[in-house]
Amino acid sequence: MISALSRVFPIATVVAAIMVVWYGFTVYLNSPWQIDRYEKAGIEWQMGDLVRDTMAHDRPVLPAPHQIAIEIWKTTVEKKITSKRSLIFHGSVTLSSTLLGFAMGTILGIGLAVSIVENRAMDKSLMPWIITSQTIPILAIAPMIIVVLNAVGLSGLVPKAMISTYLSFFPVVVGMVKGLRSPDPMHIDLMRTYNSSRLHMFWKLRLPASVPFLFASMKVAIAISLVGAIVGELPTGAVAGLGARLLAGSYYGQTIQIWSALISAACMAAILVTVVSVISHVTLKRMGLRA
Amino acid sequence: MTSKTTRSKVIEAEKLGLTFDANDGPVHALKDVDLAIEKGDFVSFIGPSGCGKTTLLRVIADLEHPTAGSITVNGMTPEQARLERAYGYVFQAPALLAWRTIERNIGLPLEIMGLSAAEKADRVARTLELVGLDGFGRKFPWQLSGGMQQRASIARALAFDADLLLMDEPFGALDEIVRDHLNEQLLQLWKKTGKTICFVTHSIPEAVYLSNKIVVMSPRPGRVTDIIESDLPAERPLDIRESKRFLEIAQRVRTGLREGHSYE
Repeated sequence: MISALSRVFPIATVVAAIMVVWYGFTVYLNSPWQIDRYEKAGIEWQMGDLVRDTMAHDRPVLPAPHQIAIEIWKTTVEKKITSKRSLIFHGSVTLSSTLLGFAMGTILGIGLAVSIVENRAMDKSLMPWIITSQTIPILAIAPMIIVVLNAVGLSGLVPKAMISTYLSFFPVVVGMVKGLRSPDPMHIDLMRTYNSSRLHMFWKLRLPASVPFLFASMKVAIAISLVGAIVGELPTGAVAGLGARLLAGSYYGQTIQIWSALISAACMAAILVTVVSVISHVTLKRMGLRA
Repeated sequence: MTSKTTRSKVIEAEKLGLTFDANDGPVHALKDVDLAIEKGDFVSFIGPSGCGKTTLLRVIADLEHPTAGSITVNGMTPEQARLERAYGYVFQAPALLAWRTIERNIGLPLEIMGLSAAEKADRVARTLELVGLDGFGRKFPWQLSGGMQQRASIARALAFDADLLLMDEPFGALDEIVRDHLNEQLLQLWKKTGKTICFVTHSIPEAVYLSNKIVVMSPRPGRVTDIIESDLPAERPLDIRESKRFLEIAQRVRTGLREGHSYE
């Protein structure tokens, strides 16, 4: 009980602080327009009026937290999932391409890491390209990928997932290479004294040793997969997905819609990272490693 | 002494040398090492750090390659001996795989050799008993004390039944009491199994207590300065370390070590 409280308390404190600052900025940022309106209409106004009215704009510069909460409630609980205005619908579109991209990125990352560790030529030739790939801003290359893949007949889920893959394979490669090389020289000598084959060395030593590194990388990878999926939804003409919601919101100045999509994306990222953490914890525990 | 000549040689080295190329010139890790180890010997290698005792053990194990002279293990090159799994090696640290239970750690070499599950289980159980760890097979390494972990690593080296056991300061990181205890157990194990044991240490009492042959080494270049045949009785209770003969041998080892240092 006390430990639960001691865990909740610091988080609650930070949330409360953010709320205070947020509400403060809501009033501050929305007040010039509001005051302008008061003056045009010739209305006498008090500070209390200003505070109340700045939090009730349809298209505020900065929406108040409760406005976002109401918007999220309306577009999740009160909308049918099949509706184009349902956040759950859009969220699931983004989620599916996030998960597909994450799965492909993880498999690609593991594959590349294995070939880099097991083959010197690959180590020399691949690594610089892998690092270079991440220096290109994804926002610049994402539309190209979508357009090029569209031209070869790929559209919908796969091109978006490819952008997630493009981002998420990188931490997996880096983490896995480090993990596969993590056994200390003593363990490698030990395997040599058993006249162990390369295959045994890999399956019985390198691969199990790399598991904690893999999970650490996957936590980063799943979060940036989501970023990739959202970025991938921007240039597709805003059909569906949280990215599309963001884009549509900015076309029409629907700031509450933008913020609710943003908050939903953040929650989704937090949930995804937590899921990976839990799987990691359970797996490592079952392996006898103290996670 | 005639019985000695009939015993077969397990390790024979002649003019063995190993030179590492470092940035500031060659380092003579081993130079002109002549050595003969017979079947059933318990040989200790003792010397200050840098004298090449670990390097010599690693050459025997084919983990390092000599640059001069010749060496045979069981009449073969060290590489052939390694490929035939002629020896078990115990490192300074237990080097257990953290994700395997103790029994699966001990079973690791047996898996690599491709033994059947039944035979594996049988051998694991036997070696666990031999090192006094029966009942701990299902534990993970971190659940065991340092001394128990090192015993598990000895069990692992014994599991595939090689006649030669190479031990590189296996008890160096353990405290005095645990060390005494493991020394006693190791002697009993040696008597029970009749294996040939090469044991690297930097402790004079440990070397004298355990061995029937003590190889004294000295650094720069790493070389053998004295080989002492110990005539202590086979039965060695711990308090033999107070006996006159024990102290005489220890004194000779100490003198050998000191002489090695005199012409640096």
